[in-house]
Amino acid sequence: MAARELPVRHRAFAFTPVVVVYLALAALLVVGSVLVALDGGVLLDHGGVLNILTRSTVLGLVAIGQTLVIVTGSLDLSVAYLAGLCSLVAAETMAGSTAMIVPGVLAALAVAAVVGLVNGLVITVLKANAFIATLGVALVLRGYLEHNYTGPAGSVPRAFQHVGYDRIGPVPVSALLMLALAAAAWWYLRRTRTGYHMYAVGGDIDVARLSGVRTGRTIVTAHVVCAVMAGLAGVFLASRLGSGAPYVGTDAGYDLESIAAVVLGGTALAGGRGGVAGTIGGVLILATLDTIFDDLGVNSFFKDVVRGVVLVVAVALYARGRHTGRQA
Amino acid sequence: MTRLRLADGTAPVLVVLVVLLAALAFAGPAYAEPSGYLALLKRAAPLVVLAVGQYFVVVSGGFDLSVGSLVTAEVVIAARLVDGDDANTSWVIALLLGFGLLVGLVNGLVTTKLLVPSFIVTLGMLLVLDGAVFLWTGGAPRGALSPSFRVAGRGGADVPLLGQVPWSVVVLLVVVGAAVWFMRGPTGRLLVAVGDNEKAVRLAGGRVDRLRLLAFVLSALLATVAAILLAGFAGVSAQVGQGLEFRAITAVVLGGVVLGGGRGSVVAAAAGAVTLEALFSLLNLLGVSGALESAVQGVIIIAAVAYAARGAALRRLFPRRRPTAKPSTVDRI
Repeated sequence: MAARELPVRHRAFAFTPVVVVYLALAALLVVGSVLVALDGGVLLDHGGVLNILTRSTVLGLVAIGQTLVIVTGSLDLSVAYLAGLCSLVAAETMAGSTAMIVPGVLAALAVAAVVGLVNGLVITVLKANAFIATLGVALVLRGYLEHNYTGPAGSVPRAFQHVGYDRIGPVPVSALLMLALAAAAWWYLRRTRTGYHMYAVGGDIDVARLSGVRTGRTIVTAHVVCAVMAGLAGVFLASRLGSGAPYVGTDAGYDLESIAAVVLGGTALAGGRGGVAGTIGGVLILATLDTIFDDLGVNSFFKDVVRGVVLVVAVALYARGRHTGRQA
Repeated sequence: MTRLRLADGTAPVLVVLVVLLAALAFAGPAYAEPSGYLALLKRAAPLVVLAVGQYFVVVSGGFDLSVGSLVTAEVVIAARLVDGDDANTSWVIALLLGFGLLVGLVNGLVTTKLLVPSFIVTLGMLLVLDGAVFLWTGGAPRGALSPSFRVAGRGGADVPLLGQVPWSVVVLLVVVGAAVWFMRGPTGRLLVAVGDNEKAVRLAGGRVDRLRLLAFVLSALLATVAAILLAGFAGVSAQVGQGLEFRAITAVVLGGVVLGGGRGSVVAAAAGAVTLEALFSLLNLLGVSGALESAVQGVIIIAAVAYAARGAALRRLFPRRRPTAKPSTVDRI
């Protein structure tokens, strides 16, 4: 009897990528705390936690959407410019008036949804490779932004800035909102039919199609959700900055950074495997790294170097023992 | 019977290129003479060289996102080490090629030995190189290039009838010629086969890992050549290579090379790069603002890829007589 139970129990505690990510996060927090303490500071005090969570919020929003797209076997390179565009749409619609907060948010999300729809349709109907399709859409957005804006525009009423700055204890409201959305996305991927379809399409699109999954519709849905999440990130950025900024998304490199967070979280770039829980872990790791480096006063460009190495090493660890040899 | 043999997907980009060149001739008086086109080729040379390198990686089923930051790194390193002294030119160029070789080896080894997707490997390399360059320079590169270092990008040879032929055009022709020759050989054919069906090549005894490694090394070495050309006429800055990786991938895809590998010709990739440059020149002549340039680029690449993907359906509507023996995948170079 015991012999039969053992493998089941063993599987329950397997080192899945999600477990590895959170173990790595815990290890990073310990090592970071020690390093910062040696430097004469405290990593996980009130300000430190606030810092990590605030940094995680925007990237988290974008990365949640990116997770859905990558699970579906696609990719979205347009999220960075889209976040900038949506921050402008929200701020310009609001134009400092409290009455226009709701229309402003809705307008930004609507614009995002349309861009997501275009991404999805170009990929499914025109059969363009996702990399190129979303890169093309990103270039179109960039052209629009460069042509029409030279700097920040619009303004956000003071009431709306509460979204970006209010907090409960050390936890920003926005971070709670992001975690709630992450939970919703987790539920959506694991508990709904469309969510399952996303895994199926990412795993093997031909098999999914032959099994009766409407693959095109699934891919379009993933892209629309992803774009709306990027739009939310833009709205949130507008709330924090007090105005819209065209390059706020690209300056932070949300396109490649969000993909990095997703992959760091154990989601296979080829699709069909992974999930939101790992992604949030990946986002927290990146945010914690940034905070540690800030506390240590490390040159900001050195962060990029470390980030690149961490990314490659992490993915190499996942790939070990899983000799699929799939390329993306 | 001889006839012009074109790989699948090569014809559209050539048609677009011819149309663009004709439009250029109408739009700008400079393009009424060979010198105008030579200037166009000179501007296009770095991108063509990069696109050829990217082609090797893409056709074997990978991505190389690190070429833009590699170009920046090479230019910054060159400026610092040459420091305006002609005596330093030759050993610095050798060192740059060595650095390119090293970057290509790291990209290739991590991809093949650690089984990390090339997208992530080269993205990591991009972050590392960009960070390292800024760390080293603080955003403002020091030093200067020597006149002899700039010859490849700026200078030229006088040729009767054509006028001055820039060295960069010569480099372009040599690189494309060598690449065509390479792709017609057994190694080149195997490289395409790896992109088409890696497992089959492995089972047939092909050294898949070595071929992929070769692709990354070639890409990095050609990025070094592109950096030397760019440094010649563009000068030294920490932004010189920014966005070049996406532009090179765009050029390759515009040429009908399929992302994911296995299909497309090297000539088409090079033609894609020239087409992009011709497009930018035309937009310039027509007075389209620089900002809208990227929007147009975006629309064009979506249209090109969509056309290539939907092309199969279109070709069924307008069937063409084809040779009876369908060429095997490996022959489709």
